[in-house]
Amino acid sequence: MTTEPPPPGPPAAAAPPPPRARRGGGRDWLRIGVIWVVLSVAADVVWIKLVGPHVPPGRMTDTAIGAAFDFNVLIVLALPVLIGVWVYMLYAVVSFRASKGGPDPVAGPGSRGSGPIESTWIVITTVIVLFLAGFGTYELIQPEGSGGGQGPTPLWTPASKDVLQVQVIGQQWKWTYRYPSFGGFETNQLIVPVNTSIAFHVTSLDVIHSFWAYQLGVKADANPSSDNVAFTTPVQQGYFIVRCNELCGLWHGAMYNEGQVVSKAAFESWATSTEAMLAQNTKLLPPFAYSYVPDANGADGGYYPDTKDPYSPVETYGAQTPAGGG
Amino acid sequence: MGKGARLAITLVLFVLALGGFGAGVRALLSSPQELSFTKGPNGQVNVAMQTVGSFGSGPHPTWVSYLIENPQGQWVHTTMFQVPTNTQVNVTIYQFDSGSPLRNQQIGQVTGTVDPATGKGPAVGDPSPAVLNGKPFSVINSNDPNGNGVGHTFSIPTLGISVPLYANAGTATLCAAAPCDPTSTAYVHNKVQFSFITPKGPGNYAWQCFVPCGLAWLFGNAGPMQTVGYMGGFMKVA
Repeated sequence: MTTEPPPPGPPAAAAPPPPRARRGGGRDWLRIGVIWVVLSVAADVVWIKLVGPHVPPGRMTDTAIGAAFDFNVLIVLALPVLIGVWVYMLYAVVSFRASKGGPDPVAGPGSRGSGPIESTWIVITTVIVLFLAGFGTYELIQPEGSGGGQGPTPLWTPASKDVLQVQVIGQQWKWTYRYPSFGGFETNQLIVPVNTSIAFHVTSLDVIHSFWAYQLGVKADANPSSDNVAFTTPVQQGYFIVRCNELCGLWHGAMYNEGQVVSKAAFESWATSTEAMLAQNTKLLPPFAYSYVPDANGADGGYYPDTKDPYSPVETYGAQTPAGGG
Repeated sequence: MGKGARLAITLVLFVLALGGFGAGVRALLSSPQELSFTKGPNGQVNVAMQTVGSFGSGPHPTWVSYLIENPQGQWVHTTMFQVPTNTQVNVTIYQFDSGSPLRNQQIGQVTGTVDPATGKGPAVGDPSPAVLNGKPFSVINSNDPNGNGVGHTFSIPTLGISVPLYANAGTATLCAAAPCDPTSTAYVHNKVQFSFITPKGPGNYAWQCFVPCGLAWLFGNAGPMQTVGYMGGFMKVA
């Protein structure tokens, strides 16, 4: 069986070519780049001039200034990245959107496998990450360990030899402070002199606390039987708040007090008068030590070494079989 | 079981669960009674408290506790009180409990008090004043082998106020059921008196005992030490 070929007829009319969506080009990249640069510079300038000087934790100490500087550097670096993403997205939405009745949007040339795009992305992100790693490490080290607790043997210490030692003792639920260079008196008040390097020796008499002098840019955990050292140098006089930053019981929220940075003369006067005022009780305290062996796990006794105490003879915290009763 | 019975049981369980939830919320939101003190003729406020080694009744009969005497002269199981701003408060505490050496002798020091006669703090270099059984003192040596140690403290940390309460001998017969009568000689007690000036502005100040006196609790600082109405509370200044 054979089939007849169709009879010749007039040729079919050629269909119109589908409308082509607009595709990005060099001019778009130029526009995006210009907008990005202008907005980024403006945002960074606004931040540096208007916001930067006021970022926490303030400018009371060198470590606080360092923390604020780190924060500003991170923001100044992050703003162009954020703005770059926003500008690109908004530009794409506005320029490459589908118009009503127009053609469906189609993807532009795939960036996958684009050598320039991939190289640029890898180089920029690598530079940013490596810079932040180096910058962050350097800033953690200086000045004097950036106000963080460095344990009993700190690696990064103040250049000054004139360092005031202040022991910070956490206990449920208050802070007390000992000044070994003034007879070792212990007080509820934290007063420090301006323009003097301070070594905070942070320890605890019971559970774990955390000494957080926010405006000083200092934060160090307070562990029983441990001396955690943090340094700072106040450069401004004024008041600051000390809080516990480790949940330590129901009254944790009430474990705060106000400290003060004063002139060197005012500090000497305060320390001398306080030493005299507390002289009677200072004699009853244990000799100054950078940490104290916990003693007594109940209501009956001293936490400080008190093997002669007649009420709780050696009831050592952590001992296998504590002697005595609670 | 019929459909009606199942529905009834479900409803009963639902009501019980709802009631339990409501009771729990109410218990969490409830707080001890707040006593309000006003100025007397001399422009000062007098507050009397007592400490007992065991409250003797209620949900925690073995817990150590503070009580406060209300303006009508009745002892109330509370640690919440209100005093006026910028006013001299004269506190009398009847200490009915025994004691021990302190975990930190620092709180054996009286701080933040004023001379009740002048309303002024101590001179520079002088310790803060308080009175124990009629005799002035500023420090209690809690490790004195011939003493009784410290039973409790009355402390308002944010105001720098702390007064140690000298203990009674552990061998003495102690009052074990609050309220204890300070006018009776049936049970030994110490009378501690001190004064302080309230802040010029209103505020709510946590106060507490800093002696870890919660027997049988970890570090002695749980149980009554963490419960408002026992060994800690709030002083409202208004």
